[in-house]
Amino acid sequence: MDATSITVNGKAHSVEVTPDTPLLWVLRDTLGLTGTKFGCGMALCGACTVHIDGEPMRSCTTRISAVAGRSITTIEGLSPDGGNPLQLAWLAEQVPQCGYCQAGMIMTSAALIAKNSAPSDSDIDDALAGHICRCGTYQRIREAIHQAAMKSKPQSKKAANGGAQ
Amino acid sequence: MSAAPRNLQLHNFNQLARRDFLKTSVTAGAGLVIGLYLPLLAREAEAAGKAFAPNAFVEITPTGDVHLWCARSEMGQGVRTSMLMILAEELDADWTRVKVVQADFEAKYGDMTTGGSQSVRGSWTPLRKAGATARDMLVTAAQQSWSVPKSECTTRAGTVIHAKTKRELAYGELAAKAAMLPVPQDVPLKDPKDYRILETKKARVDGPFIVIGEAHYGIDTKVPGMLYAVVARPPVFGGRVKTFDPAHAQAVAGVRKVVEVPAVEMPPLFGEERKENSGHQHYLWGGVAVVADSTWQAVSGRKALMVEWEPGAGADESTEKQRASCAEMVKSAGKELRKIGDPAAALTSSPKKIEAEYELPFVAHTPMEPPNCTARVHDGKCEIWAPTQNAPGMAAALASALNISLPAITIHVTLLGGGFGRRLNIEYGVEAALISRAAGAPVKVFWTRDDDLRHDYYRPMSHHRLRAGLDPQNQITAWLHHVAAPTTDGFYLGGDIPDTGGTELGGAGFPNGTVPNYLLEASFLHTAVPRGYWRSVDVSWNHFAVQSFIDEVAAAAGKDPLELRRQLIATKPPAAEAGGDEKPVNVERLRRVLDLAAEKAGWGKALPTGRGRGIANLYSWGTYIAQVAEVTVAKDGSVHVDRVVCAIDCGQVINPDMVAAQMEGGIAFGLTAALFSEVTIENGQTQQSNFNNYPMVRISDMPRVEVHIVPSHEEPGGAGEPPVPSIAPAVANAIFAATGKRLRRLPFQTQELAQG
Repeated sequence: MDATSITVNGKAHSVEVTPDTPLLWVLRDTLGLTGTKFGCGMALCGACTVHIDGEPMRSCTTRISAVAGRSITTIEGLSPDGGNPLQLAWLAEQVPQCGYCQAGMIMTSAALIAKNSAPSDSDIDDALAGHICRCGTYQRIREAIHQAAMKSKPQSKKAANGGAQ
Repeated sequence: MSAAPRNLQLHNFNQLARRDFLKTSVTAGAGLVIGLYLPLLAREAEAAGKAFAPNAFVEITPTGDVHLWCARSEMGQGVRTSMLMILAEELDADWTRVKVVQADFEAKYGDMTTGGSQSVRGSWTPLRKAGATARDMLVTAAQQSWSVPKSECTTRAGTVIHAKTKRELAYGELAAKAAMLPVPQDVPLKDPKDYRILETKKARVDGPFIVIGEAHYGIDTKVPGMLYAVVARPPVFGGRVKTFDPAHAQAVAGVRKVVEVPAVEMPPLFGEERKENSGHQHYLWGGVAVVADSTWQAVSGRKALMVEWEPGAGADESTEKQRASCAEMVKSAGKELRKIGDPAAALTSSPKKIEAEYELPFVAHTPMEPPNCTARVHDGKCEIWAPTQNAPGMAAALASALNISLPAITIHVTLLGGGFGRRLNIEYGVEAALISRAAGAPVKVFWTRDDDLRHDYYRPMSHHRLRAGLDPQNQITAWLHHVAAPTTDGFYLGGDIPDTGGTELGGAGFPNGTVPNYLLEASFLHTAVPRGYWRSVDVSWNHFAVQSFIDEVAAAAGKDPLELRRQLIATKPPAAEAGGDEKPVNVERLRRVLDLAAEKAGWGKALPTGRGRGIANLYSWGTYIAQVAEVTVAKDGSVHVDRVVCAIDCGQVINPDMVAAQMEGGIAFGLTAALFSEVTIENGQTQQSNFNNYPMVRISDMPRVEVHIVPSHEEPGGAGEPPVPSIAPAVANAIFAATGKRLRRLPFQTQELAQG
């Protein structure tokens, strides 16, 4: 077993696992970050989605050896206090039912609105095409993403204006 | 939001008037604690004669917090919130001070099973009474402190108020005194016009934890010294381990042990009687467990493991053969379950006859959190952490398999990442306990998706032959329905289809009662494929056939499908469910949801070419529901469901937003089965292994769902299962409206719709 260095939610870790170990199991078993879920093990359902250097990735099929030295964000690190606009919109729309797939949904949605401040329904459908919610919360997910995008906008405008001055 | 055998959900919810159903218990320094009994399944009737054994507790602490011990499992249906709302309403509690505590399984809780869309139905009256009784005792305590008439005292948000003297006492200040008072009987309940909490959109109590990744499901369990295991299970249904060679698995880094899991007979799920030599098929079939220091090491170890299997009873089975058997069986007479008039003669003499056959496959539950269980067996004790809908059933199975007594068993019920009936099963708990005992350590048993799909308890396949006769005025004179399917009751308990139809014929009732000659018959397919209760159970298959066939009859009679449904219930109510003893059908409520769905959907208004509308309606679980689906069929035959209008009358609504969520989710669940789901068998093995070959509805497949709730103060009905069955026939009927083509097999074989 080799030691692999990764940064998770801003904190550096050195983990000793075989190089073929999926990032998902390092997060869950080794680091105790269980917010990221197993759903399929084959990148078919999106439940295990985390950000790797800001990009949404399936941690169940990402070998630890492929992320050495990279920066990983999990649902636990998305915001310090649950105050990310998506987390707030998720509650305002009462999106979750069982809630199991929702961390993956939120992580992909966060990556979406970071790039697209006003996603259309079809942008949302494209971004979340790889995700499954067995409880069927999709309609509310769309609403929550629109709401979060709206709430996020003024800030980015302000930032843009600030930059212009 | 899930399934339970329909014949077990019958005897319970009107048996709440036991004199001693509320009791207080006092411990030093504690506040007011009230124990109550929340009935669910048939055991309630039997327990009525025994000593009071509360399975829920309400505590009002001296600091003013209200705690409700919830003995039901939370699997997304919102039970932890809805139960709290019912209690808080009658208690007049401060909503910010009420908290739900998940009850561990202990023998004292008795029944904790969660299924049959029963949680609210079974808890409604006892929780209201508990809340009202506690409130009354708190008022009495205040009134005695102030020496004022009780009638002058009111309550609001956790406080007793004496307006005349402008005095207030918080519940916490009164709790210790109230606990010393006798428990009053027959305290009046609130008038619905005074509701402040019920019928509002209170947020789910688990939401804030879910969105930050801090909600803990079974799979998230970690206990000190815990090892991780995966199990190689017999690939053929009914198979067993013959021999195995652990060497290669043991050579994998981190693998600690390779242990055989013995085959073990499982008891009935719900404490039912099972006859000697019943022929039931309910077993843990055993396997070989690879126990390691981490999940991935266990998975890697299993890949290297060599096992030779006994093939098992199902080795020759295939979907093709099963379909052919069922198709053959419906050609001759089956077991007669309902007969009115002389249906055969009436059919023969009808000038117009309509006949159609429908088929549904085995389907799997596939909750997003696969089955898993953590067990610690040591010193004759067993501690379990499980996402389970059926802690009492699991405890009974553990006691039997480990040969220990119930008090030696504790089950911590975690949050469930979906249930849908899969977790009414109990074998995965026994398996984990046996592995923990063999490994001499706490063990978390992990199931891959492949494990889940290949070792489920599937919703049974079924084949339906329907025939109807019309008289010269196009009135239905005869309706004959023959179902061929393996039985679920037979799987768990043994035996053939019971005379009542058992858990096989829900949803087959309609239009029994509305037509002069009616026949319902059933044939039994022998199979080793495990069957189980899948969200909406038997209604899911029978209803598809019945509601599709009504449309076919309407087309043959030249009638509008909505109009035919209205006409059928115009003179006589349909009979109650064939599979159960549901209350008589209220025709007005049935008609109201039909009309409401039709009106909101714009029934009868023209749609562009390639689009169509279909309707289906249902009475079950004490709830009335109608759905109108709007579909687009593309030239290549692909079907998209654009919109679903759902009208529901589920009696008294606890939380309208949670009802709407259940409708949205139930429609998605039913739509997955209608469009995609098929478990196929070859050489006695399931062929599907993951979401690539067992697809689910995804976001782009999701229709816009519009929910319309009929306001009502009738007894609450269920909300978890009722939205599931109607979507498949509503979509089939919409496809017919769009294309003139009738799809009679699920999942829809849409290639048949391709043009040119």
